[in-house]
Amino acid sequence: MHMADALLSPAVGGTMCVATAATVAWCSRCLRKEADDRRVPLMGVLGAFLFAAQMINFSIPGTGSSGHLGGGLLLAILLGPHAAFLVMASVLIVQALFFADGGLLALGCNIFNLGFFPAFIGYPLYRHLAGDAPGSARATVAAMLAAIVSLQLGAFAVVLETVASGISALPFGTFLLFMLPIHLAIGIVEGAVTAAVVSFVRAASPGILSTTVQPRRHRAGILGVFLAVALALGGVGAWFASTNPDGLEWSIARVTGAPEPEAPQTGVIDDRVGSSLAGVVGGSITLVLALLLGYALKRKPRD
Amino acid sequence: MSATAAITGLLDFRRLDLLATGNSALHRLDPRAHVTVTLVFVVCAMSFGRYTVAPLLPFFVFPIAVVAMAGLPVAFLARKVAIVLPIALLIGLPNPLFDRESLLSLGGIEITGGWISLLSIALRALLAAAAAIVLVAVTGFPAICGALERMGMPRPLAVQLLFLYRYLAVLGEEAVRMTAAREQRGGDRPLSIRLYGTLVGRLLLRTWDRAERIYLAMCARGFTGDFRSGRAARFGVPEVGYVAGWCLFFLLLRTSDVTHWLGAAVLGAVQ
Amino acid sequence: MSHHLVEARGLTHVYEDGTIALKEVTFRITHGESVAIIGANGAGKSTLLMHLNGHLTPTRGEVRIGETPITKQTLPAIRRTVGLVFQDPDDQLFMPTVYDDVAFGPRNQGLPEAEVGRRVYEALERVGVWQVRAKPPYRLSGGEKKRVAIAGVLAMVPDILVMDEPTSGLDPHARRQLIGLLGEFRHTRIFTSHDLDMVLDVCPRTIVLFEGTVMADGPTGDIFADDALLSKCRLERPLAMQGCPVCGRGPD
Repeated sequence: MHMADALLSPAVGGTMCVATAATVAWCSRCLRKEADDRRVPLMGVLGAFLFAAQMINFSIPGTGSSGHLGGGLLLAILLGPHAAFLVMASVLIVQALFFADGGLLALGCNIFNLGFFPAFIGYPLYRHLAGDAPGSARATVAAMLAAIVSLQLGAFAVVLETVASGISALPFGTFLLFMLPIHLAIGIVEGAVTAAVVSFVRAASPGILSTTVQPRRHRAGILGVFLAVALALGGVGAWFASTNPDGLEWSIARVTGAPEPEAPQTGVIDDRVGSSLAGVVGGSITLVLALLLGYALKRKPRD
Repeated sequence: MSATAAITGLLDFRRLDLLATGNSALHRLDPRAHVTVTLVFVVCAMSFGRYTVAPLLPFFVFPIAVVAMAGLPVAFLARKVAIVLPIALLIGLPNPLFDRESLLSLGGIEITGGWISLLSIALRALLAAAAAIVLVAVTGFPAICGALERMGMPRPLAVQLLFLYRYLAVLGEEAVRMTAAREQRGGDRPLSIRLYGTLVGRLLLRTWDRAERIYLAMCARGFTGDFRSGRAARFGVPEVGYVAGWCLFFLLLRTSDVTHWLGAAVLGAVQ
Repeated sequence: MSHHLVEARGLTHVYEDGTIALKEVTFRITHGESVAIIGANGAGKSTLLMHLNGHLTPTRGEVRIGETPITKQTLPAIRRTVGLVFQDPDDQLFMPTVYDDVAFGPRNQGLPEAEVGRRVYEALERVGVWQVRAKPPYRLSGGEKKRVAIAGVLAMVPDILVMDEPTSGLDPHARRQLIGLLGEFRHTRIFTSHDLDMVLDVCPRTIVLFEGTVMADGPTGDIFADDALLSKCRLERPLAMQGCPVCGRGPD
């Protein structure tokens, strides 16, 4: 989901702009060092390709609705993480300027949410799980897991950015409860679609994918990332569970018209959440991550 | 997206791009001036507290003034800005739902903070969209990229943006053709993921080949990895005046309560 | 020493998958000549063009431009001398505006901006599209794009102009204009084309390729009168040399 200027404060927006600018600078340096001239036109047209691919909808099985490709993971698979980040940044900049998607202040957030997570967390996970020449089933599962993780992190970041800005009155827990399951579903679809495109390309022109073989990231590095993410989210989940619970239930009761429990204190930022629901949310996240960690560890002896 | 919607999006892109070729005094300013003013505008407008409504209104002066001074088409731009309104209302919707504390009493009707902040969100969204669209309309995308680069953006990203911009229309048209061809042959049935993978995969392969040919064309004309831009920078007196003027105006609106003062003055006069 | 000399000696190219694209191709094109290279699809025309400015390296044999063999060291000089215009102008016009695109070559040559401006003006004027210099390429017509692509190469002041299918995709008017333009150039000109009537108009000499080999190399009129040769190479006479479709009279 795109972050919008309307819900963003300059403090949060500015911070994310700094983070994004730093990442852009770092990726640019890495690409300059690699000095692969061929990449210049390739990155450009792949950015345009992503636009075109997003214009074409597919139907999501099981629901009546249609969806479109996000593309961060696909770009990383095709170009490697540094180039993919820059391409994603360029696509989002054009979207913000020409189609007023998101906003100018929110560019820092959007580029980070939609570019950093797929390229630097989702993609290494994909490589780790899928290996060098995966069969299509294994590639699909790897892509789905990678997309899920990227999108969950992105969604979580949106929630943090929104709540920290203080313009929206949506409580932290409610927002999270809304965003995470939806992006879980979106992640599954994104993974499936990414895998579908990659498998077509692999069958039709395998040379393309072999040019982007990345040296296998240090296993310790990946596990480190997982551990950090799991701890962070687990910690947040635990924090929810321990704070006073009434806000969410009260809000829901007001909306549904049920007999009203005691109203919570008002405040500009209301982030108290029902521990029962929030605890489930936090716990589920850590559970999923624990499973992924376990899966990652399990692959270890094969290599 | 249907073929029609894709075509509209593409045509809008082209039309918006075309506007930047105008020749008003505003068009001739160094693009860095426009970029700077836009950034200050967005930061000021978005920095208000959540319940601000009235102080946001004077900010509309900026996009309106630029549109007028640059001779840009009002209806087209207004439409492009207004499109963000439904989304803004959607993302702002939680506010009246969760923020039930009454803040204002108007002739006996209690207005909660939630509704006020929803209105604020809608106004912010309009201002943000107006800022972006007016910037592109007056400056033009390549000029914006040049300005950003001179203001510190790394060269690889600037080059990437220019290539993307150049080939956006080309690939957009391919996508429109693909969508139209598909609609013609069975448009009722939506595209399955597998079929999407095939279609988009083919587009990807064609794109990859095109990139190879472009690279050959670049080498044929002496490309060695560096892009040399030729244009000289001219940030002169008009630019300084333009930037300083607008920035002062925005800061004034942000720090003093102009609307309140104006309203009080008018009401005082009426009494 | 003639910088306009283009020479292939025993040029052979075998692709990685084993396809033999060119077999012992030998010819010599001198100063100011205008030569067409024709053949069926897959005959090796595009591969041959890629050798003329060093994009491809011969498996056997060599290519010399102005007596200089093409090596890694001589490549930059070769690319200044040989201007290659690709078939699809969208592949060649990759900069955001026409001006920037035509300026690309001179800027890469390290020229000062004032000189770049002069070159761009002259090149665009020469092909008659100076007025579109500020436009992005996607807003040009097919004919304009072709001409801008040529301008981009002319701006580097090459001695030899090589063009791949110059008239493909053009409407009749644009085609006629381009044929006129090509006839005016004084460079050594080498074209590949399926447009045999253009070849008749513009190129006094023709080289026929078939399955990677040179089947004929001589005056265009003679080659187009040799029906047996043409049919063997999957070609036909140009329309201008075929019988009249209205009255049925045969060609003279």
